[in-house]
Amino acid sequence: MALDGKVAAALALHRFGLGPSLGSRSGAIAAIESDPRGAVLAGLDRPNAGRIVNAELLSSGEAARSAIAFQQAQREMRREARKTTPKPTDQNQDPAGGMAAAPPAPRNRGPAAKSDMRAAAGIAPQQIYLTEAKARFTAALDADIGFVERLTWFWSNHFCISADKGQVRPLAGAYEREAIRPHVLGRFADMLMAVECHPAMLIYLDNARSIGPNSAAGQNRGRGLNENLAREILELHTLGVRTVYRQDDVTSFAKIITGWSTVPPVQDPARGGEFMFNPRMHEPGTQIVIGKSYADGGYDQGRRVLADLARHPATAKHVAYKLARHFVADDPALALVERLTKRFRDTEGDLKEMAKALVMAPESWEPSRGKLKRPGEWIVGTLRAVGVNPPDIAPVMQAHNLLGEPLWRPPAPNGFADDDATWLDGLSQRLDVANQFARRLGGTHDPNAAFEATIAPLASAETRQTIARAESRQQALALLFMAPEFQRR
Amino acid sequence: MTIDLHSPSRRELLLASGTLFAWAYVPKLALAQGRDPRLLVIVLRGALDGLAAVAPVGEPGWVPLRGDKALVLDGATPALPLNSMFALNPAMPNLHRIYKAGAATIVHAVASPYRERSHFDGQDVLESGLARPGAVATGWLNRALTALVPANRANPKARDAFAVGPIAPLVVRGPASVMAWTPPRLPPTSDDTIMRLLDLYRHTDPALARVLEERLGLATIARAGGMDARPDGTAPARPAGGQGAAQGAAQVRAYFADSAGAAAKFLARPDGPRIGALAFDGWDTHADEGALNGRLAALLGALDGAIAAIETNMGAAWRETVVAVITEFGRTARINGTQGTDHGTGTVAFLAGGALKGGRVVADWPGLKNLHENRDLKPTTDLRAVLKGLLKDHLRIEDKALAGDIFPDSAAVKPMAGLLA
Repeated sequence: MALDGKVAAALALHRFGLGPSLGSRSGAIAAIESDPRGAVLAGLDRPNAGRIVNAELLSSGEAARSAIAFQQAQREMRREARKTTPKPTDQNQDPAGGMAAAPPAPRNRGPAAKSDMRAAAGIAPQQIYLTEAKARFTAALDADIGFVERLTWFWSNHFCISADKGQVRPLAGAYEREAIRPHVLGRFADMLMAVECHPAMLIYLDNARSIGPNSAAGQNRGRGLNENLAREILELHTLGVRTVYRQDDVTSFAKIITGWSTVPPVQDPARGGEFMFNPRMHEPGTQIVIGKSYADGGYDQGRRVLADLARHPATAKHVAYKLARHFVADDPALALVERLTKRFRDTEGDLKEMAKALVMAPESWEPSRGKLKRPGEWIVGTLRAVGVNPPDIAPVMQAHNLLGEPLWRPPAPNGFADDDATWLDGLSQRLDVANQFARRLGGTHDPNAAFEATIAPLASAETRQTIARAESRQQALALLFMAPEFQRR
Repeated sequence: MTIDLHSPSRRELLLASGTLFAWAYVPKLALAQGRDPRLLVIVLRGALDGLAAVAPVGEPGWVPLRGDKALVLDGATPALPLNSMFALNPAMPNLHRIYKAGAATIVHAVASPYRERSHFDGQDVLESGLARPGAVATGWLNRALTALVPANRANPKARDAFAVGPIAPLVVRGPASVMAWTPPRLPPTSDDTIMRLLDLYRHTDPALARVLEERLGLATIARAGGMDARPDGTAPARPAGGQGAAQGAAQVRAYFADSAGAAAKFLARPDGPRIGALAFDGWDTHADEGALNGRLAALLGALDGAIAAIETNMGAAWRETVVAVITEFGRTARINGTQGTDHGTGTVAFLAGGALKGGRVVADWPGLKNLHENRDLKPTTDLRAVLKGLLKDHLRIEDKALAGDIFPDSAAVKPMAGLLA
């Protein structure tokens, strides 16, 4: 690392982290300039790294049951309302980007009635989603450098689910906390297992409804197999597309994971919505996946396949490539990808070792910054730059929507794109968001201080001058957020 | 009418493309029958090249006709097989998946009764439901709504989410009450801030400069203000195709998915509207059509993303949904002198939704040897038959109304049977 300390420190914060933080002394360029690489690595050893500790947050089971209770109460209430005189409607304001983002929230009830109902009858899925979103933003804003958060976001996108699927919405945040975060510095195999048997994933990719044709349930109901999850595990989560598997493997694997489902709330109100292996839905018999025979063992049959997939060389290569592409370059150096692949294989998929290898790689410290930050990364970066944790996250959520990265709502199971070109396109929308944020922050924040704290060591003379000569503080902040040095990773 | 894909003005998009127009009521009869059908009509303005979207790969004359622009099963980006004759453009994997799952039908060699080649007249015929162009004030979908008995008003709480749009497309104009919803956008940034930023990018980051110029359509401002860096004072030429187009298309893609996804959210709601229409512009691919990896591929990909967003956001209502994607006419069978296609006749219509008996290409295939006026795919199916079939079997509108008010003078065009599951 032949870079000047301040330059390397700024680079580390923008490339591996969430951007320099005005609010946190340890997330400042000055705090890490003596040893930027060491500071990034030290974040990996912090106790509970990656975890969110917040007693208010619900487990996925609690969230599912709460959402169901809420919806039942809503139905009851509508039935009641129909019996009595219809009430006049009030304003329909929907902070999370219009109705596109949200099912209807209860309205027209006094605060007392509302809290009664909440206590008795669950929480709206949208409310659970927003509470989780707030916790996630807070973790990102509070992080020192933010490398572990960035890793979490990376894995969360690799194993994405979508809150746009109704039943997934209340589970989206819990999914990330339960299946992703505990393993971000653990083993890939453990994350894979946690992800693929998480209710959010089983619902999102339809496996909860997949029934073995020869299972007890399949024979009774004449319903059957859904290959969606099995295919995406092979194509997206592990081996990668066009690798070693064929359609037969997808079908066999889909059969193997039949029965990986969730507890029906009517069957067990206390455990409704949690993971269960349902032997009545499970396809009996031995299956062959990628040339290997798996004898039927119920739930364990699928676990054995996942364990083998986690240590398959194609998986190592796939994961290493994606990691390098995310942090370093759209077209990462082959040597870097090979080193990460080897590290994955040598350590049996130890993700902490992978993260270390990434930070140790000389390629990771190239001063040229070709990639635009993704919208979520950039939005958090702007807030860290001025040291603000907005009490109302609605505008933050709306900004994500506008920039094409709505939180936990990717358009397809392959997640949000990770190349520069995709996000480059949203530049003018970014400008609108930067402008809006700058207006909201008003004249109370000093743009020069924010400039010094965030990009000064990396900035061109032109950028410095453009910000210094702005006609107002608001304009200066908008220009800072839009500066190439602020937007690029 | 040419629509420049490279710099769709955001205000234009806001006002025209992507706004959902929906009937303000829920149909009573369907509810009484225990059904709750959804119908979303998507109009592709500009004339979709049906052969580039769904290629007759099984026909020997296909590759000679289009040469290296022909979609083939064994190309660098292989087309997605539908049956032994047809294959889908590889930019549409979601539609292919839905088709394979039996929830999409493709109608080929289809056209409205219009046989000339004017966009405006062709769109009027497509949307009015009349047999000929002429002065028209109402659209077939709106007139179909008047044939339905309204139950309760849809979405009574959403008065301020929906407002009557200023420029409803013809297809939904008419006596039935229609609501409009436009995707939200933030207020624009001042020109001064934009110019300062652009100046900074021009000096420090050409890639960002180029995108900002394209997005904001600043070429003209730059020329007028003498801000251009070129010695001859002309504005920088916008790249024709290539990266610029890809970026423009990516914006369109996001917009398609947003507005279609939002439309589906509305239609999926228990108290939401049931019948609506959207229009997407930009299909007039005269030059550098790029069916395989250029502009048209990007547009089809955007449409594919929109269909996927509808599928996702419809949730359980998907199985009661039909999405009908229609366009005013097709394009020439052969590639023209600018690597594009000109206005033609026969094209495709995409139908998607869980209510369909799908997984089929419906076509009375005319072949490519027998071109209409020796230039266009010959139309063998009247689009009105398809639309009447959907209105009849999905919305249960009677033959008499279909052949009378809704599609006047169409008694000879029988509703296509068997489209619904």
